[in-house]
Formats: sequence, structure tokens, C-alpha cells
Amino acid sequence: MADYTYTLLIPLIPLFMFLLLGLTGHKMKPVISGLIGTSGLGIAAILAYATAIKYFWTAHVAGTPYVSIKAFEVSWLHLTEKLTIHLGVLIDPISVMMLVVITTVSLMVHIYSIGYMKGDPGFYRFFSFLSLFSFSMLGLVLATNIFQMYIFWELVGVSSFLLIGYYYEKPSAVAASKKAFIVTRFADLGFLIGILMLSFNTGTFDFQTLTDPHGPAIASLGGAAFMGMSVLTWSMIFIFVGGAGKSAMFPFHIWLPDAMEGPTPVSALIHAATMVVAGVYLVARLFPVYALAAPDALHVVAWVGGFSSIFAAVIACTQTDIKRVLAFSTMSQIGYMMLSLGVSGFGGEEGLGFMASNFHLFTHAMFKALLFLGAGAVIHAVHSNEIKDMGNLRKYLPITHITFLIACLTIAGIPPFSGFFSKDEILVAAFHSNKILFAIEYIVAGLTAFYMFRLYYGIFWGKKTHYHHTPHESPLVMTIPLMILTFGSVFAGFLPFHDMVTADGKGFESHIDWMIAIPSVLIGVIGIAIATVMYKNETAIPDKIAGTFKHLYKWAHRKFYMDEVYLFVTRKIIFRYISDPIAWFDRHIIDGTMNGIAGMTVYAAYAVKGLQSGKLQQYAFVFVGGTVILVLIFVYLV
Amino acid sequence: MNFSDILTMRHELMLTLLALVVLIIDLNLHNRNKHLIIPVTLVLFFLHTVVGFLPAEKSILFGGMYRTNSLLVMMKNILNIGVLIILLQSVTWLKKEENREKISEYFVLLFSTLIGMDFMISSGDFLMFYLGLELATIPVAALAAYTHHNTKSAEAGIKLLLSSALSSGILLFGISLIYGSTGSIYYDTVMDMYQNSPMQVMAFIFFFTGMAFKISLVPFHLWTADVYEGAPINVTSYLSVISKGAAAFILIIVMFTVFNKLAPVYNHILYLISVLTMTIGNLFALRQKNMKRFLAFSSIAQAGFILLGILGGNVLGMTSVIYFVLVYIFSNLGAFGVVSAIQTVTGKESMDDYDGLYATNPKLSLLMMLALFSLAGIPPVAGFFGKFFLFASAASAGYYWLVFIAVLNATVSLYYYLLVVKAMFINKNETPLAYFKSDLATRTGLILSGLGIFILGFWSQIYEVINSLSFGIIH
Repeated sequence: MADYTYTLLIPLIPLFMFLLLGLTGHKMKPVISGLIGTSGLGIAAILAYATAIKYFWTAHVAGTPYVSIKAFEVSWLHLTEKLTIHLGVLIDPISVMMLVVITTVSLMVHIYSIGYMKGDPGFYRFFSFLSLFSFSMLGLVLATNIFQMYIFWELVGVSSFLLIGYYYEKPSAVAASKKAFIVTRFADLGFLIGILMLSFNTGTFDFQTLTDPHGPAIASLGGAAFMGMSVLTWSMIFIFVGGAGKSAMFPFHIWLPDAMEGPTPVSALIHAATMVVAGVYLVARLFPVYALAAPDALHVVAWVGGFSSIFAAVIACTQTDIKRVLAFSTMSQIGYMMLSLGVSGFGGEEGLGFMASNFHLFTHAMFKALLFLGAGAVIHAVHSNEIKDMGNLRKYLPITHITFLIACLTIAGIPPFSGFFSKDEILVAAFHSNKILFAIEYIVAGLTAFYMFRLYYGIFWGKKTHYHHTPHESPLVMTIPLMILTFGSVFAGFLPFHDMVTADGKGFESHIDWMIAIPSVLIGVIGIAIATVMYKNETAIPDKIAGTFKHLYKWAHRKFYMDEVYLFVTRKIIFRYISDPIAWFDRHIIDGTMNGIAGMTVYAAYAVKGLQSGKLQQYAFVFVGGTVILVLIFVYLV
Repeated sequence: MNFSDILTMRHELMLTLLALVVLIIDLNLHNRNKHLIIPVTLVLFFLHTVVGFLPAEKSILFGGMYRTNSLLVMMKNILNIGVLIILLQSVTWLKKEENREKISEYFVLLFSTLIGMDFMISSGDFLMFYLGLELATIPVAALAAYTHHNTKSAEAGIKLLLSSALSSGILLFGISLIYGSTGSIYYDTVMDMYQNSPMQVMAFIFFFTGMAFKISLVPFHLWTADVYEGAPINVTSYLSVISKGAAAFILIIVMFTVFNKLAPVYNHILYLISVLTMTIGNLFALRQKNMKRFLAFSSIAQAGFILLGILGGNVLGMTSVIYFVLVYIFSNLGAFGVVSAIQTVTGKESMDDYDGLYATNPKLSLLMMLALFSLAGIPPVAGFFGKFFLFASAASAGYYWLVFIAVLNATVSLYYYLLVVKAMFINKNETPLAYFKSDLATRTGLILSGLGIFILGFWSQIYEVINSLSFGIIH
């Protein structure tokens, strides 16, 4: 077995960069701190690529299944014989794939940010937070046990909080960062409950033991039942709640659009490729447990994913802030991935959905990061997020225009771009499992093509907008990452994922199913065609349609009033009927008791004061007296 | 016994040599150049500390009077590291004009007491134990009176001397009763002969009060506050950290070996004393305004926690006590180091003087905060794990009520530790202490203690090493 100990460096280098930049960054020139952070991530990326090449090709004997390797592990907290918390590095197909995704996107975002954040007073702070985030995310995917994953899971939450609230003078950014943190934190409560239930019943945190098809967790099938489902199923559902929070699945998605308040490179890193797919990764990591021992929980995953994907796609059609369109698009695409996991079986062809989900995760990371960075370049040029302030930009931003167009074609599933391949696998998996979900995905495919091209035409074509300053193309340091990611978006589809990333480590044969692919491409083309008619040139059609479906449009535009529902539930119900009485109890009963105890303590402190008189004779008396009393008690009385 | 056996006594031998070397060098130095002794001693003691970490073998010398094994060597190493930090923190103070002529006294007296403690730790019979105890105590009294032109310092010295004479008397009485009832002063024989007769229980209590005096358990603690306040700050630090740590080590060794059979009885005593110590120590600490007295009472309360681990009476208990003491040494040295640095430069040692310290001396304030958090047991710094393991061992032995009382006391202690943090960070002050820069030695000492607090909290291997060694003592 090959030695992978060096993979430990992949998360540690960004951690070191975080400390270095965080502690000494204010003394450096901004550009230097940016270059240092970027080169650190570059080294991590090279190590990640080396690991991937070694794991998938050079160290792998063709025809054998990919095995899961513990490259490194120490016991961190040894509490009891049974309860020991380890920290380590786990190498298996999905973690290696995630290493590549995270380091690639993070590196691109680092390079891009050198240009995008230029002149920002907190330049070094931005890069140190980026490094912290990369560290947390890498630690999360490399975790050898669910507890370590939870630690990094929360670290990811903290670092995303810091990044979303990066513009801390802006009240909306602060509110958004708090919202993101609180909503995901609330979902993490479910995750924690799930972890505790799972490990209580199986006696282990370790992923390898948990996911071993012949291991205790799966063999036990969950033991006792509660409300018609086994305890194991319940715990897996709770764990999925945590995943749904980070991955912005309905109904925990409300933080994602607001999180667009962060700098655009942050959106590309966090809200496209890494943090939001943590939930997908979590389900994939525990997939054998879901598939073999908790199929009911897997159904929940499938339906939540399916519903989220269509829900978000509808909203995305009506948004006018370009980053919010992308945010809802992300939610929709992650819904795809969840659905794909949810309809998958375990092993061989059955595990097509698992493979497809990871495949789509990979391609989506490339093209969505590209879209966000492209949007960043646009915002950089026109200083606005609103579509109405844009138009006809293709002449001013040629590189951004081409890369954005390719990304749109990719997400719309047009061959031969990578999105076509991964989406097709998902559709095939859904087709063989559940026809209703399959139908939903067809609709979503059409909607996706439509709203992406609505966005594309709105930015680069459409009306002649007059700009105060002539928009100009971004500097090379920003356009080179765009080009690299375009390359990835175009060619990632040709990777033989079905040989590499599968549920049981064994490869299987997979072909394009043209019976499903051709209609899906057609639907995509129709979506694009409608968008072309409506938005390529300024027409009255969009307003007419919006007027015809006035209510639906308004509902979708207001994101189906989910924020208002949350506000109603929290303010009117939870605050009034639960929090206020508790607050009263806390102020009067608890505080009263505590103040009473504190008063008594102070009083007692005064009362014993006489003991400490400073007189040595008295000290000796107490000493001897104490000895005598001890003797009296323990020799004569006990 | 051959030559290589003697080398297993390397801690004691080297320290003796070191003390003599310091004396001889001092004799040959002109009065002007007395301060040169400081770097020489620091380097020599550093070497001594390093050599202490060489692998140790189990051996028994002098017909059982002296014994050593890797656990005992580790205890001595822990003390060495603590002393090294204290020496570093003392440099600025020693260089002062009024101390110039007696720098070597400080070192020689300090090393003598350390030799005494090492002998106590390695003792195999009560005679060796007693000799070590006296050697560890009397020079400390001289140290407490080091600045003898200062009345308070002289008072501290004489109080410590008289109190410890009293406690030694009672302890010696206890030892003589043990000899009378078992016919031996060797630990192994005494352990076999113990029948728990009333006289033997009484003998144990007498012996125990002597140790309780050293660790300053209530009601044998009354000397602590006066001595701590009067003695020079670095001596106070030595008393409260090294002296107390050594006594705690010896107490666990004796409790777990010699008086092993007495556990059903002494558990009750420890229970009672532990509750008294934690509570009274906290109650006094609440009201202190002088930083030295404050730390004195807080260290009394900390001593009460140590007993929790001894009550556990198992490997977990022993490991948790050693780990707790280790953490306590670093945390307390961090706190004392800051108080000492401030006192040496500005002469201020009242809590009110710390108001607004963060504005002028942020690094000192941060270290102080770290140390106090560790003493209070706030995760993730080391102090949390120290307390956690102690509580866990007491709970595993079934002392749930005691753990409950201890948790309550830990809460109270949090209050007064936070008072200091609040003073430094929140309280407004028109004229906070001016910014000053400590010299290299002081800074090294402070950084070492800060590092210790961090590393011990995050590096669990240390706990496992202690755990594996502790199996050697308990059968």
C-alpha cells in the first residue's frame, strides 16, 4: 500500500498561511501577503494533484477496487477505552476528488482575488480568512471519523461567517453573515444529534468501521425502532439535516441568497464549489450506511434534493441580482446532487447515482466557480449587481463574455461540455429509480437553461446601457483563472468517473443513454431558445409574461415568502410564546437565585475573615486543633 | 552497589554539585561582578534540566532508603522545568542594586530545597523522607526572608519557620507512632504491617497534617497568605508552585503505596478536607485585592482539587493528579510571572493597578488572561483538561456529590479569576501602568509558561505518557 502521509501537509499549509498572514500580515505590503497566501495554496494544490494521480493511476492496480486508506491518525482525546477521539487523514476516491476540487477552486479564487480585492484596506485579512477556510474545508474532507468532521464542519461555518461578513462596516453584510451562521448552526444541531445517536448505537465514530458493509453499524440494521423507522434511520435523517443546512437545501436555504453580500470571490469559493457541497459530501461519505441500512433516510434525501432543485430553479427565473440568480442556481444544482445520491443503490450499476452525484459535484464546482468569477468581473466593471444596470457588455468584456457563455452552455447541459455528461448520468439514475423525480429533473433542466441565458443575455446583450465610465476588461490576474476554469468546465466531462468514484470502489461500465440524453438536450435548447426570444434584444415579452402570471411571478420573485415565514415563526411564535416566558423566568427566578447565592457567598467570605488574623499563635492553635479534631472524628467516631 | 547505580541519583548529585559550583564561583567574584553568576547558573541549570530527561532506570539504593523509576524521574523533571522558568523570571529582580551581594544565596538556597524535594520524591523510608522534608523547608524560610530589610519579608520568614517547625513536630510524632506500631520505617515493610489499628490511624493523621501543611490544605493553611504576601514575589511563586507541586507528588506516592490499605479511612478524611479547602480557599480569594494574596488563596483552592484525584485511588486518579500539577505549574507560573514582571518594574501589586492594563501592555495582559483561564479551567487551554480528568477520576470512583461541590467551587473561582481579566480588559483607567519592556530572560520565562499552557491543552500524548508510567506505581 502506497504511503500518503504527506497528504497531512495539504490542510496544514493553509493553516500555516492563516497564522502567518493573520499575525504578521499587517506588516506586509498587500501584494506580498496575497502572493504568499496564493503560493501556499498553490503548493497544497500541487500536492493534491500528486495525490490524485498517485491514487487513481500510478499506485492503483488496474482492475482492483479502490480502497480506503488511513494515511495518518493520532488519538487526540483519550477519554475512556471506548470513547477516543482521533484526528487523521482518510484517503479514498471521494476525499481525493474533493481535494482536487477544493484546492483548484481555492487556488483560482486566490489568484483572482489579488486583482479583485486590489486596494482593499483589509487585503491581508481577506487572504488569511481564505486560508483558514481552505484549511477547514480540507480538514473536513480528510476527516477519518465523524467527530473530526464535525469539528471541521463548524470551523467551516466560522470561517464562512468571517468571509461573508468581510465588509463588516456594511450592515447588510453583517446581517447576512449572522443569518448564514445561525441557520447553518441550527441545522448542525440536527447533525450533532445524529452523530450522538449513530455513535451511541454503533459504538464508533470511525468512518471505515461505520461504512464497512459487513461492519457492526450496517449489520445491526439500527436495532430498536421508533415511529416506524429504525433508530439508525432516524440518526441518518438527523445527520442529513446538518448536511441540508450547509448545502442550502429547502427549508434551510434562506441563508444562501443573503450570503451574496460577501466579496464575489468568496461566493465563488464558498457558495459554488466547497462549503455548499459539504452536505453532499457528508451523505456520500456515509453512503453505505444510507444505502444498505437506512433506505428510508435515503428517500428523504432524494425528495428534499428534488424539491429544492425545482423550487430554486423557479425562483432563479425571477431574480434581478446576478449573484442571487447564481445562488439559487447553486441551490438547484445541489438539489440535483442530493437527488442523485438519494436514488442510488450500492455497488456496480446500481451505484450509478452515487457516481453521477460526485461527477456532477466535480463539474459543477468548475463551471459554477467560473460563473461566479465571471459575475465578479462584470460587477468589477460596472459596480452594480443588478441586471438593469448592465447590458451590451460583450464588446467591453470579450474574455469574460466568452468564458461566461461557455459556462452557461455547460450548466445548460449542452454537449460536449462537462455539464452534459454529469447531468445525463443523474437523469439516467433518476429514470431507473423514480419517474416523478425524473420528470422534475427534466423540468429543472429546461428552467436552468432558461434562467442562465436570461442572465447571459441580460448582461452581455439586451438594451444599450449608458455607462458613466466605459467598462473595461479585468486585468490578466483575473481573466487567467477564468480561462483555466473554462478549460476545466469543457474537459472535466471526459474523466472516466465511473471507473474512479463509485460507491463500493469497483468501477463499472457506463455509457451515454441517448434515449434520455437527446430529450434533455432538446429541453435545454428550448430553454435557451425561449430566453433568446425574450431577452436577446429588449422586448416587452418578459413584462407581459410577468403580468399574465402576476401572482406566480410575485411569489417567486419574493422567494415564495420563505424569509417572511421564518420571521413569522421566530418573531410571532417562538419569541412571543417561548422565548419571552423563558426570559422572564431567567431574569426573575434564575438570576434571583444566583444573586442570592452570590450574596450569601460574599457574606460567608466576610464571616470567615476572622480566621486569618495574622497571629502565629492562633495559626498554631488552629493547626493543632484541626489535627486533634481529625483524630477524634476518625479514631473514635468512625 | 556500583558506580553506575550511583548515577541513577543524578538529579540530586548534579544539583548538589551545582549549588557548590555557584558558591565557589561567587567566592571568587569581585563585588562589582556578582551579577555574572546569573547567566552561568542559568546555563548550568538548563543543562541539568536537559540531562534530567535522559532515560531513567528503575533502581534501589542504600538498602531501600532511596529508590527511583521513570515515573519519579518524570516528577523531578517537571519540577526542574518549573524551577527553570522561575529562575528566568527572577533575573530582573536579582539584578536590582539591593540584591546584588546575595545573588548566589538565592540560587544556593533554592537548589538546596530542590534537592530536598528530589530526595523526598525518591525516598524509600521515612527517615529519608524526613531529611528531605527538612531540607526542602528550612532554606525556603530563609528565602522568604530574603529581603530582610523589609519587615514583611522578615515576618514571612519567621512565620514560615515557626509554622513548619510545628508541623514537622507533629509529623515526626506520627512517624514515631508508625515505627512503634510496625517496627519499621521502610515503606515496603510498613505497607505490609499496616493493620488499621486506632493508633495507626492516628499516626497517619499526624503524618497527613504535616503534608497538608506543605500543600496548604484547610485548616493547616493559615500561614500561606501571610508568607505569600510577605515573601519576595519569586519566592512566593516558588512556594506556591514548586513546593506545593512536589508535596502533591509525594502525597500521591505515599497514599498509593505506604498507606494503601488505609484507603477506606483516609478517603473520608480527604473528602472532608477537600470540601473544606476548596470552599474556604475560594471564599477568601473572593475578597483579595492584593495580587499575591489573591494567588495564594486561589492556590489553596486549587490544592483542594488535587485531593479529588487521590480519592479516586486508581491509575486514572494518579495520572490526573500528575497531569493537573503539571498544568497547574505552567498556569500559575504564567500568572505569577506577569505579577512578578509588573511588580519588579513598577512596584505595584494591587488588583486596582491592573485596571486598563490591556491598553498599555497587551501581551502581558493576554498571557495573564491565558493563565487565569487555565487556572479557572476554561477550554481549550490546559487547565480545563486538568480539572476534567480530576473530576472524571473522582466520578469514576463514585464520589458524585464531591464532584458536584467541586464544580460549584470551580464556578465561584471563575468569578474571581474573571475579576482580574475584567480589570485588565474592561475597567477604565485614566492612568494605567505605563508600557514597559521586560528583559530577555523574563520574556523567555513568560513565553515558556504560555507555551506550556497551550501545548498541554492540545497535545494529549503527555497525558498518555503519564498514564503509562503510573501503572508502575499502582499494582
